[in-house]
Amino acid sequence: MISRRRWLLALAAPAALFVGLAFVAPLLNLGRLSFQDSLPGGALLETYSTASYRELLGDAFYLELTGNSILLSIQASLLALVVSYPIALFLYRTTSRWRSLLLVAAVSPFFVSGVVRVFGWLVILGDNGFINSALLSLGLIAKPLSLIFNWTGVVIGLAEGLAPFVILALISGFGRLDRNIEDAAATLGANKLQAFLRVTLPLSLPGVLLGLIIGMVISMSAYISPRVLGGGRVFVLATEIYGQTFELNNWPLAAALSIYMLVMLVLLTLAYRRLAERLE
Amino acid sequence: MKGSFFTRLGYLTVALAYGFLLGPIVIVIVVSFSADPYIAFPPSGFSLHWYGELWRREEFHAAALTSLRIAAIVTVLSLAIGLPAALAITRGRGRWRDLCYALLTAPQLAPAVVLGLMLLLFFAPAKLVATFPGMVIAHVVVTLPFVIRIMTTAFATIAVDCEDAAATLGASPRTVFLRVTLPLAAPGLFAAAAIAFIVSFDETVVTIFLSGPRFTTLPVEIFRYVTNKTDPLVAALSSLLLLATLALVAGIEKSIGVAKAASAR
Repeated sequence: MISRRRWLLALAAPAALFVGLAFVAPLLNLGRLSFQDSLPGGALLETYSTASYRELLGDAFYLELTGNSILLSIQASLLALVVSYPIALFLYRTTSRWRSLLLVAAVSPFFVSGVVRVFGWLVILGDNGFINSALLSLGLIAKPLSLIFNWTGVVIGLAEGLAPFVILALISGFGRLDRNIEDAAATLGANKLQAFLRVTLPLSLPGVLLGLIIGMVISMSAYISPRVLGGGRVFVLATEIYGQTFELNNWPLAAALSIYMLVMLVLLTLAYRRLAERLE
Repeated sequence: MKGSFFTRLGYLTVALAYGFLLGPIVIVIVVSFSADPYIAFPPSGFSLHWYGELWRREEFHAAALTSLRIAAIVTVLSLAIGLPAALAITRGRGRWRDLCYALLTAPQLAPAVVLGLMLLLFFAPAKLVATFPGMVIAHVVVTLPFVIRIMTTAFATIAVDCEDAAATLGASPRTVFLRVTLPLAAPGLFAAAAIAFIVSFDETVVTIFLSGPRFTTLPVEIFRYVTNKTDPLVAALSSLLLLATLALVAGIEKSIGVAKAASAR
């Protein structure tokens, strides 16, 4: 009779071995490569060098990219919060028999391929798109607004993809809301708006913060929206890693950028987990 | 109270927010029936032209077939290694258990570009880039954390009492697993399989890093098409994908609920 512990170890072994070989080893290899040097054509030199990190930390361009990534992810998360908050509050409260269908609709962007959603935004925001056609025919604008292939388009596209995660984070945060407190506010003479601003909103702030952080983690990692909706004019860390890999063939620099990005994301994720544990 | 100004304002806000979330999806479906040679909304006329065009484009057929085959194998493999590991994690205790869970869900922390780059650099010397096995390995790295998260939750909600009762009544550990644990975890199992399939089929960024001129998948083809030109062809293709996804999502909602499944991210 083998011991229970050995039995459990044997069950977990194949998956652990797989992740070790197909994730941890490539990650270590990435770290090793980030300390190598390369010739302009892309050939790797087997020497130890901190050139990539010196370039990364010394060049103002990468500071700007980092700023872009952070700013974009904050803006996208804030927009996602604005859209998600009413939906989350509605889903948390409603007793409608359509609730489960509406919940499916709310998280549906998660299940829809990123390329499909981004294409949808091209149709909505483009020069001949839905919004510009509507505004032009109403006579509100004289020429199409540039809503696509720029920063605005990326923020909008990212926000839609984030919303399902933000909605779920908010709903879990609403677990702390007690309907009685709102009723008490109403009894004491507060109108609905006052009750919302002075009672509901403050009580839901931890969930809002949780949604903001998860939104930042996901949008900083995003590549498809910045690339397609940015039309090659929006530069963030993720697009730069792609560019260094395929257009400039500078693998050590791409590797150093990846490690740099991973460190930032791991710190954000740790902050998220710490906060989530506190809320439970 | 119903019908007060603030209540109605609230419902209007909720409706607008839903419009923002679902707008792109609905619009894609409308445009897929466009008769125009370019993207315009509203379309000047409606037809099935772009569905016919899709039927004639063989490059998309080949890519779709590749995507389906990869997703099917990836689903089976990630369940085959993820299921036992999730069981071990739920039934284990202490530091090892936490370490194992952290390790198996760690790939989710890496952005897709980083994951794509590290696998490209690692696979290149082994000649696994732009190959079927290489792509399957890469996709299992992406799907495994989802399977682990969904299945640990599924196994954790099964009362250990049921298993103990079966064992007390003389069932062997194998029988307990096959006759008690597995049937009770079936909804989770279905959801894990469906999510693994969807995630693999839709995977785009890691796949771009590992695809080549002769080896691409459907999302990568769509991505390339969309970055070069936009006509309603992609809308027709996207609508078909949406239809297929809808069927799987309905299944997920019936099994463990979409909210739980989406929380696995």
